[in-house]
Order: sequence, then C-alpha cells, then structure tokens
Amino acid sequence: MAVITMREAISQALWEEMERDERVIILGEEVGVWGGTYAVTKGFYDHFGPERVRDTPIAEAVIVGAANGAAMAGLRPVAELMTINFAFLAMDQIVNHAAKLRYMFGGQMSVPVVIRAVGGGGRQLGATHSQTPDAIFAHFPGLKVVAPGTPHDAKGLLKAAIRGEDPVLFIEHATLYQFRGEVPDEDYLEPIGVSKVQRPGSDVTVVAYSKTLQHSLQAAEQLAQEGIQIEIVDLRSLRPLDMGPVLESFKRTNRAVIVEEGWRSYGVGAEVAARIAEQAFDYLDAPIRRVAQAEVPLPYNQALEQMALPQVDDIVSAVREVL
Amino acid sequence: MATVINMPKLGFDMAEGRLIRWVKAQDEAVQKGEVLAEIETDKATVEVESQESGVVRVHLVAENSLVPVGSPIAILGTADEAIDVEALVGKSGPARPAAAKPASPEAETVSLRGRAETPAAAAATGLPAGPHALEDEGDGKLPAGLRATPVARRLARERGLDLKSLSGSGPQGRILKSDVESALTGSAAATQRVQLSKLRAIIGRRMTASKQSLPHFYLTADLDAGPLMALRADLNSRMPQDQQFSVNDFLVKSAALALREFPNLNASLEGEEIVRHGQINIGVAVAMDEGLLTVVARDADQKPLRTLSAELRQVVARAREGRVRPADIEGSTFTVSNLGMFQLDQFTAIINPPEAAILAVGSVRQEPVVVDGQITIGRRMRVTLSADHRVTDGAEAARWLQVYRSYVEHPVHLLV
Repeated sequence: MAVITMREAISQALWEEMERDERVIILGEEVGVWGGTYAVTKGFYDHFGPERVRDTPIAEAVIVGAANGAAMAGLRPVAELMTINFAFLAMDQIVNHAAKLRYMFGGQMSVPVVIRAVGGGGRQLGATHSQTPDAIFAHFPGLKVVAPGTPHDAKGLLKAAIRGEDPVLFIEHATLYQFRGEVPDEDYLEPIGVSKVQRPGSDVTVVAYSKTLQHSLQAAEQLAQEGIQIEIVDLRSLRPLDMGPVLESFKRTNRAVIVEEGWRSYGVGAEVAARIAEQAFDYLDAPIRRVAQAEVPLPYNQALEQMALPQVDDIVSAVREVL
Repeated sequence: MATVINMPKLGFDMAEGRLIRWVKAQDEAVQKGEVLAEIETDKATVEVESQESGVVRVHLVAENSLVPVGSPIAILGTADEAIDVEALVGKSGPARPAAAKPASPEAETVSLRGRAETPAAAAATGLPAGPHALEDEGDGKLPAGLRATPVARRLARERGLDLKSLSGSGPQGRILKSDVESALTGSAAATQRVQLSKLRAIIGRRMTASKQSLPHFYLTADLDAGPLMALRADLNSRMPQDQQFSVNDFLVKSAALALREFPNLNASLEGEEIVRHGQINIGVAVAMDEGLLTVVARDADQKPLRTLSAELRQVVARAREGRVRPADIEGSTFTVSNLGMFQLDQFTAIINPPEAAILAVGSVRQEPVVVDGQITIGRRMRVTLSADHRVTDGAEAARWLQVYRSYVEHPVHLLV
C-alpha cells in the first residue's frame, strides 16, 4: 500500500473516476487552468480538457445550480466550492433543489451530484471563512454529508459518492490536505453511512470525524501512556449517521466523549449524545462530554484561533473528566 | 363503579403492612390478576394482585407507608368516572390522600410528568399533593439522597443487589458501574460491610424475639429411616423425573398426621389463650441466597402425599424465583426445617412465631444398629423438636414424637 497525502487521495479518486466514466465532470472556481485552490485538480484540465473540467464565475449558486441540472440530465458532476462558507450562497440549490428534487417529483429523476467543499478553521482565514457548519447540512433529509478523516476513507468515500445516485456534500478539512496515510493500490470503495472504529480501546468511547479524528488519535497516544485506552469511532458520514459502532462501543465502555470542530450548540455532539441517551440509557455511567469550538466567531489572531478550536489537550481533559 | 382497595390481610397474625412500591401508577390500567403493589409483611415482601380489572384512579397511600390491615390503599374505577374520595372511603379514610386527578388527557400529561407537578396543580384538584407527589422530586425511583448512574442501576437490578448497601465513588457519592462490579465480585482480602437485606433484617428481628421471649425446650429422637427410604425409592422408580417424592414430603406428611392428635403443638399463644388452629398448615423452611423463607403446605394432613408433594414443589420453585404469593408463605401453624442435604447429624431450630413448635431434621445416615441383639447396618435420622413451654410440656411433646416416629418408621400409613 502506498502512503499518500489526503490531497493526493482525493485527486486520485477524481482522476480514476473520470477515467472510468466519461459522464464525470468537474466544475468550480479555479479548478481548471489554475488546478484548484488547494491544488486538487492540478493537471486535470490538460488531461481531460475544458469540456470536462470547467472554470466557473465566482457565483456558488451558479456552480451548484449548473451541477444539479447536469446531474438531472445524466452527467455525474463534481462541483467544488472553494470553502464551505460559500455554500451558504448556494444554500437554496443545495437544500431545496439537490436534496429534494427526487422526492418532490416522484423519483422521475435523481440528482447524482457531488459537492466538494473545504471546511474547518485553523488557517487564519477569519471568522467568515473558517467555519464548520457540517451539522447545518446534515440537518436536511435527502442530502448525504460525508467528512473523511484519513486519505484511505477520503478516496473510497469520494468514489462511492460519485458512483451513487444521491446528492452528496463532501467536506474536506482545510488542514488535512498534507496529512498522510496508507491507501490501497487497487480500486476500492468505502460505503457511505457506515461508522468505523479507528482505534480499539476499553475505557472511553470517543466519537470523532474529519480533523477531530486525527486530534483524537493523538489524544489516544497521550492517554495510553497513562494506561487509559480510548476507543475512537469515526463517523465518516453525518447523514446517514451510523450509530451502530458507537452504541456497540458505548455499551462496553459506558462513557462517551464526542469531538467536533463546529460549535457545541445544536451540533453533531448534541445529536450523538441524544441518540446514546435514547438508545443506550441503561449503559450510561458518567455524563456524556462534548468537545467543540468555543461559542464565538472564530478569531483571526493565531493564538486566539487555536484557543477557540478544539485541541488534543481538550480531548484528553474531557476523557479524564468522564473517567 | 369505583371500588376501594384495602390493605389485604396476608396472614392470620398480620396487623399492618408496609406498602413498598406501587407497581401500577395512578391512571394506569390494571387487569384482574395483575400485580398492583408490593407489600412487606413482617415475613416477606409479597406482590398483591388486583381482584378486578379497571384503572387505578387514586393511590390513597404513599410508597413506604405503614398501613393497618383493612384500611383503604387505592381506588379502582373506569378511566373517566368522577371519583369522590371522601364519599368512597369516608372521613375516617387516610388523612392525606394523594391528589386525585380525573384521567382526562390533559390530566394524564400532568401525572406523567410528576416532577412538573406544581403545588398549584395539586391545589386545583382540591386535595393536598400528598407524600407520593413529593417523592417524585427525588432522583428517579431511588430513595432521596441516593445517586447511581443508569448502568449501575441496571446492573444492580439484574443482579439483585440493593443499591442502598453500596457507597458510591463518583461525584457527590454517585454509585458507578465499578462500585456495583466490585460489590458483585468482592475481594477476598478486603473487609466488606454489607447492608442487611430486608429479608435478613426481618429474620433477625423475629428470631431474636422468639429466642428471647419463648421458653424453648428441645427433644431429640433417633428414627429408623430405612423403611421410608425404601418406600420412597420404590415409589420414585415408577414416577416421572419431575414428580419424584422428596424425603421431606414424607416428613411433612408425618408431622401433619401426628399433629392431628396433639392440638397443643398446632397452636398459638395469644395473651391468656391458647389458639388451637383448625387447619394443619406445615411451614417448610426454604434456604435462599438472601435468607430463609418458610413456605406453607396447607391442610397437609388432608392431602394425599402426591398432591402435597406437587404443591410443595411448585411453591418452593416460586420462592426460589422470588415470585411467592401471599398464600405461599402465610398461615403456617407448625414448621419442619430439614437440613438433611448438608450431611449433619442433628440441629435445633428456633420456633417461628406465632407457632408453638418446630421440627429440625438431620441427615439420613448409614450406621451400625442393634436389631434383635445383632449388629446390622441401619439408616438413621435424628430429629429435634423445639417446643414452646408456655403451650406444651416435655411429656406431651415426647408423645407427639412417638406418634411422629410411628409414621416415619411405618411410612406405608402415609399412603392410606
């Protein structure tokens, strides 16, 4: 197995799917000639040509709207949003069109669109460009929301998203592109809507995804030195949300910490904690803890920004609190 | 038509009972035969079944209150009829009835949210909220001040552990899963302080009172168990596995028949009177994990051995499952305590008040015996009668033992 970066994994997934299926096209700001703001589509324009790799105006509603239309007409568009913060400009296209058309028109058409969006904070991009609004999108039935935390999952899940019939919001964390991991050499898919235990343990169930998965894995190393073994369940997709491995783990550990980069209020942690309480109340041995972003617009100042974002130490403390 | 349910009399010497737990909540439907509440008598905790179907409209007493026999505890009715508590139970009824609420949908919402019940809501019904409403303010169903996590509660419930016996190591003394687990596994080296279970405490009180206030005397007899063992083996060889006679079946039957001739040993002392009971109900001591429970073989002198055996088997099984009914454990007039399965020669038992006597049975042993001047191998069993000297004397008790011996040693008479 090759060790590659998250960027390479996503790039490979797109490349391989475009080679495999000529209906797969890419559109977005700077995805063509420039090769993508995060250099994911470097070389695509030259190889696949301007028909299949299209630069668009700076108008997110147009990007997603055009992608929706192309999907309804039979293509497999992958729309790239430079940051997920710009998805708010395309909100109507995402939640009222992509997510609902198949339902509202009795299944006459599906909308097999993939919207890649870069999310998360930590790069000093300011409050409006650093948000983690994952839970907002996961709120809407009809839209799948995927957020991988490893190169392996990124590649397999993106391929599955492109091949699936449903609209998928594929959230890539801005600070994970350089992150390396093992990826199989052969073609493979990872199923959307299946959580995965990324590290086994016996003392506390830590639920995480995307960047917080990597934070949690680091916290696990620290805690292991104290003899505390946490079990990390990676959600990988927020909708559909697979609670199976979470509950299975929780019934053994009786303690849970949920880590998300977004704000705590009304967030992913709230949802997971509620489901644990509903479905495994009789296994609860300590209050469920959530680790999340401070409830402020994310500061620009680097020290303050890091302070507001959930860090490895926050996870370590939360685990100690529930023990 | 609303019905008043009263504290049942679960034994002839029961004067009051403690209502431990309402199994059916207010406004909950109950079918005839379903368990309505759990009541602790001075012998055990028993489940009280509803004698009719309906809706439990009003709890008249709070959980954990002591109620005289015959006093109203609840009102059963239909879901929508108006309940006039005073008219039904009279002014002599309980002083502080729980809030009576019409079972309308809105009212049901209030009752389901016990914690949300405000004094204003209770006042609107015209009745005081009562202790029951106040108890709901606590931590779920746990006694006030006791904290335990859900998993600790579940484990304790599943393993029959009383949370009150534990001390919690969590925040504010919260009992955690680990506290329950260490209590369950225990540690060989550590000293443990274990809260007395209810049953243990009751046994302690009753036995102390009996041993301190009843003048016991003891008579031991060594019986020839050979004929009984032979007859039992013969009978059992033709009985299905689940209907095999136990040694105890014969001993209970023998005691019952012998008691017919000695009413003073089937009696209770009440003040200046000896009450000679009309029925001969033999209590059979059953050892359980939590302590000793005496189940009752009713009219043991009247019933054929096979019936007696079958009934005892059922009752003992219910006792071991913790599902005894009031009739299973109340009303014994004489007790047989058999520890024969533990390879011991003999022992003496403490009288189970208000009974006048108890028979302690040891193991059947093979040993050399002298028969007609010859030493031969016999099967012997020692029994010890403990009797209350206020009711009977040594000579009478000895004569009873003679008759008892004649039945045990000639067990074919038990079959006719």
